[in-house]
Amino acid sequence: MAALDVEVEQIAATPARRGRRVFWLAIAWIAMVVAAAIAADWLPLASPSDIDLMARRAGPSPDHWLGTDALGRDILSRLVFGARISLTVGLIAPLLGLFIGGPLGMLAGYFRGRIETLVVGGIDVLLAFPPLVLALAITTYLGQSVLNITITLGILSIPSLTRVARAATLSFADREFVTAARALGASHRRILMRELLPNIALPLIAFFLLVVAVIIVIEGALSFLGLGVPAPAPSWGGMIAEGRDSLDTAPSIAFLPAGAMFLTVLAFNIIGDRVRALTDPRQGAL
Amino acid sequence: MLGFVGRRLVYLVPVLIAVSLLTFLVAALLPGDLAVAMLADEATPEKMAALRSEMGLDQPLVLQYLHWLGGALAGDLGRSLRTGEKVLSAILQRLPVTLELMLFAQLIALAIGVPVGILCAVRNGGAFDRLMTAIAFGKLSVPAFMLAIVLIYVFSVTLKWLPATGYVPLDEDVVGNLRSFVLPAVTLGFGEWPVLMRVLRSDMIATLQEDYIAMARAKGLKRWRILLVHALKPSSLTLVTVTGINIGRLIGGTVLVETIFALPGIGRLLIGAINTRDFVVLQGVVLFVATGFVLVNFVVDILYGVLDPRIRYGRA
Amino acid sequence: MTGPPLLAVEQLSVDLPTPRGPLRAVDEVDLELEGGRTLGIVGESGSGKTMLSRAILQLMPRRARIGGRVLFDGRDLTRLDAEALRRLRGRSIAVVFQDPMTSLNPVLTIGRQIAETLREHLEIDASAAATRAIELLADVGIPAPKQRLRQYPHQLSGGMRQRVAIAIALSCEPRLLIADEPTTALDVTVQAQILDLLDRERQRRDMAMILITHDLGIVAGRTDEVAVMYAGRIVERAPTARLFKAMCMPYTEALLAAIPKLDAPPHTPLAVISGRPPDPTQPFRGCAFAPRCRYRAERCADQRPSLIPADPSGHRYACWHPISPRAA
Repeated sequence: MAALDVEVEQIAATPARRGRRVFWLAIAWIAMVVAAAIAADWLPLASPSDIDLMARRAGPSPDHWLGTDALGRDILSRLVFGARISLTVGLIAPLLGLFIGGPLGMLAGYFRGRIETLVVGGIDVLLAFPPLVLALAITTYLGQSVLNITITLGILSIPSLTRVARAATLSFADREFVTAARALGASHRRILMRELLPNIALPLIAFFLLVVAVIIVIEGALSFLGLGVPAPAPSWGGMIAEGRDSLDTAPSIAFLPAGAMFLTVLAFNIIGDRVRALTDPRQGAL
Repeated sequence: MLGFVGRRLVYLVPVLIAVSLLTFLVAALLPGDLAVAMLADEATPEKMAALRSEMGLDQPLVLQYLHWLGGALAGDLGRSLRTGEKVLSAILQRLPVTLELMLFAQLIALAIGVPVGILCAVRNGGAFDRLMTAIAFGKLSVPAFMLAIVLIYVFSVTLKWLPATGYVPLDEDVVGNLRSFVLPAVTLGFGEWPVLMRVLRSDMIATLQEDYIAMARAKGLKRWRILLVHALKPSSLTLVTVTGINIGRLIGGTVLVETIFALPGIGRLLIGAINTRDFVVLQGVVLFVATGFVLVNFVVDILYGVLDPRIRYGRA
Repeated sequence: MTGPPLLAVEQLSVDLPTPRGPLRAVDEVDLELEGGRTLGIVGESGSGKTMLSRAILQLMPRRARIGGRVLFDGRDLTRLDAEALRRLRGRSIAVVFQDPMTSLNPVLTIGRQIAETLREHLEIDASAAATRAIELLADVGIPAPKQRLRQYPHQLSGGMRQRVAIAIALSCEPRLLIADEPTTALDVTVQAQILDLLDRERQRRDMAMILITHDLGIVAGRTDEVAVMYAGRIVERAPTARLFKAMCMPYTEALLAAIPKLDAPPHTPLAVISGRPPDPTQPFRGCAFAPRCRYRAERCADQRPSLIPADPSGHRYACWHPISPRAA
């Protein structure tokens, strides 16, 4: 998707940021969020969908550590369960893109010719749609569910991952070790798996992390519009949308999920950026 | 030159066809029955059959596609299932609002991005540069809707300076109209300026190291003249390209922003169609938007070729 | 030689910070130049000659540290504020860079690039500037000057472009012209033309000129005085004729020997100076040329020779083992 493309390319164009502390903070945050999301069922949290009209928009209290929302539901537990949705979609959809787009890009970059034209043409068609619009259209037709949204966003992430895989493959394909392997009679498959794949894996993973960040944002946007994961499942985007009506009385209802999303997206950006810096010899630590 | 344009045109047509095909297929392959979805509670076998044949749903897929495409090329995108209004006229009616929003957003992005980019390039590595780079990086993690909430909270709820929603048509009240666009345009524009600024900055850093800049200094020219005339002009090529690409991103962004701020633009039309399951409108809007997107990118490509002759004659 | 010199460089040093430590690009250089005279500065790449010219104009990179003084017309340029320097540049001191393809802005017309200098310093209007620009282009020998105003640098040949650069430099009648390797990027056939042009204009305008080059052959006959630079230092200085007749410093001798001679028999091996210039980030005691000098002795590596006069003509050299005056 063009937005994905340009945005991620712009991130990729920034010089590697120094700051080990920031990097490890990011890892810590992600680890915490992932752990909470996985262990959500076993944590001592209130139920995320329990409506308590007596305790609406309440501030922090022993019962509700982060307060309650407009319907009296516990914000902290909604945040944790919402993390599940964001992380599930945010991680699995790009994985889909990676496992389809990666090989596609590699094949396109390695074999060139008609395969490449086909792949590139296909990408361009997908990229011709503003991503949000396409996501909306597809989820409308498919119906709203975690699975459908994951599939949709996965499809949307294929083009940019294909591009990166292709570009990385192109840059390696005419290096000497590939020619040497071919001279030794290695089959295409062997070259692809043994010579090229290990080399493009790292840049691809770096890009993948950046894609994760963008997907979390898009999922958030969909939920915000009410067109993502259907209620009553809590999602960060949906919580922000709900919090909008309470901005004047209890702004934290909107800002807590916003903060959670911001930190998570930022963390993935930082980590992805650092991994990318590792792979790019130009930006290597000197 | 003509050859260059011609080549791009030849490439354009298949893309447009593919776009229309995809738009159509997404709709046509939906699980379940369109007639059922539309009629919902009132579905009876006779009504469904009648509706299907009326909408041509019982014909082979290819024929349906061609029928639809033919209509689209003639300007007929069907009628809204809900209001019966012609889709194309509904789009055209809302287009000015969306365009106004995009224009303002782009202007804001430029107004912030260009000066900041220049300043960062000039003071490369300095405190300001590092600060702005950090802000730009952080900004990439703040999506439009989040920013919108923050802006609404600060400017509408707390300071009460600007309306949170509501649109005033231009011919009614110019000031009111502009006021209703401030928050939406700032939301969108703020999302774009980091990208602009980063690109301009790296381009200008490279330009500022060129010999002709040293020469300009040796000629004793004023600082601002060197920056704006000698340095900015060669860097403007990338600026144009990024602006062009931005327009594409903006199109997607308007959907969100129009919904949040209740502006009657195309984005809102799309969301409305989704919510009311008005598939005809949905299809028409998606086609319109995607086509516009492709055409904008096409123009940007041409413009790029015009500005940089190296692109015209093959890989730069 | 009456009155104070137009340009006086006193103990000028330039240090550039690099990741490997400070780099001494220019090392305690002294120079004088009278109005209307030409000084040639000769040295190989990396000798610091370009940095020296930039230092005179105070056009160093921001992080550079400058020591010493640069006196132009009695004013110390190292102490002037930015605005005063700006007014000086282009007006009283002008520069011609090495490569006109990169020193002219590719997206601005020639006319614009000439006119902007005129309008900046002389406060004349656009049409007067255009007229003057045409005159200047004619002066430097560019045919059809009027048409050139609208053309872009890439539409001209290399020699033409350099002429334009010279026209720009001369436009405000500077007192001093610094020509930094003005012919290095040009064809051999064009080189002589450009040098002759510089010569002619200099005489016409009674301008002082600094001619920077790596080619000793260029300064012969075109300069009044020559200074030889090595590793950021001036190692020999003399009125030109004297230098060629009675050079003292072995480096100068080696430079001269390195010029291929047209009348040498075929397959004569080119005389090269073995070794490489020293790493400027490593401070060295003693003579910088010592590792490559064939006359070197113990003392050369330990003690740095200072410039001492060879004779009353102003000939100075820095060497512990000067070559004795050669038999003709």
